[in-house]
Amino acid sequence: MFYLFSGIILICSLLTITTRRILRAAVYLLCVLLATAGLYFMLNYQFMAAVQLTLYAGGIVVLIIFSILLTHHISHRFKHPDLTKLVMGISAAAIGSGLVIATILSHKFVPGTAPELPVNMTEIGNQLLSTGKNGYVLPFELISILLLAAMIAAIVVAKKEKNKNSEI
Amino acid sequence: MIQGIPLEHFLIVSTIMFFIGVCGFIIRRNLITMLMAIELILNSVNINFVVFNRYLYPDQLQGQFFSLFIVGIAAAEASVAIALIINIYRKLQNIEVENVNEMKY
Repeated sequence: MFYLFSGIILICSLLTITTRRILRAAVYLLCVLLATAGLYFMLNYQFMAAVQLTLYAGGIVVLIIFSILLTHHISHRFKHPDLTKLVMGISAAAIGSGLVIATILSHKFVPGTAPELPVNMTEIGNQLLSTGKNGYVLPFELISILLLAAMIAAIVVAKKEKNKNSEI
Repeated sequence: MIQGIPLEHFLIVSTIMFFIGVCGFIIRRNLITMLMAIELILNSVNINFVVFNRYLYPDQLQGQFFSLFIVGIAAAEASVAIALIINIYRKLQNIEVENVNEMKY
């Protein structure tokens, strides 16, 4: 099962950056995100997988597809990238991934022996809003402010200007 | 450990996915495709966090919370980036990176 999911992830992420039609790239990205949610289900993190499905696969991909439809003709095809960029990109990716994989394989990971914490919604909610040990209330509040700021910024930036004289 | 799959296999998959994202960011000249490459990169980092949490510290939830926050930040980033892209398209009628040099001083 894991190898099926990782095969989908690798093939679809390669296709995402090599396909010449941008709408197909978005659909391949959707496949990658769904297979990642499958990996989270396999690791028994149901809440994380649900967040991945709703936010990433449901929200971000829909947003990307909307913006593609607003800014492209549907039959638009990319030109091939020029050769120097291709060589640079592939060599950077190959060298980097070779280094990182060599480091991973040479390091000895010690698996944790502690008893497994049952991940249920009560536990997640308590830890997310507690201020004591294992509490995450500060990043929770920070990200709420960040989301509010991003929402206002998106509205202000994408708003059509009424006339040239009025300042925002 | 989990169904006999070692930790390294997860890490190798996420590493390859990360560098596919980097490669796509370099070779593509379209703003939306570059945004998709960034989503690939963030997603691979998420896999790393969750897998380390499950295999190395199964009695805590840090990795899961960090990937939750990364998903939130990715959503904010995508919304702002798409607002910018639509505004650029309105001004220039295309979204290739080479043409977005009007802000150069």
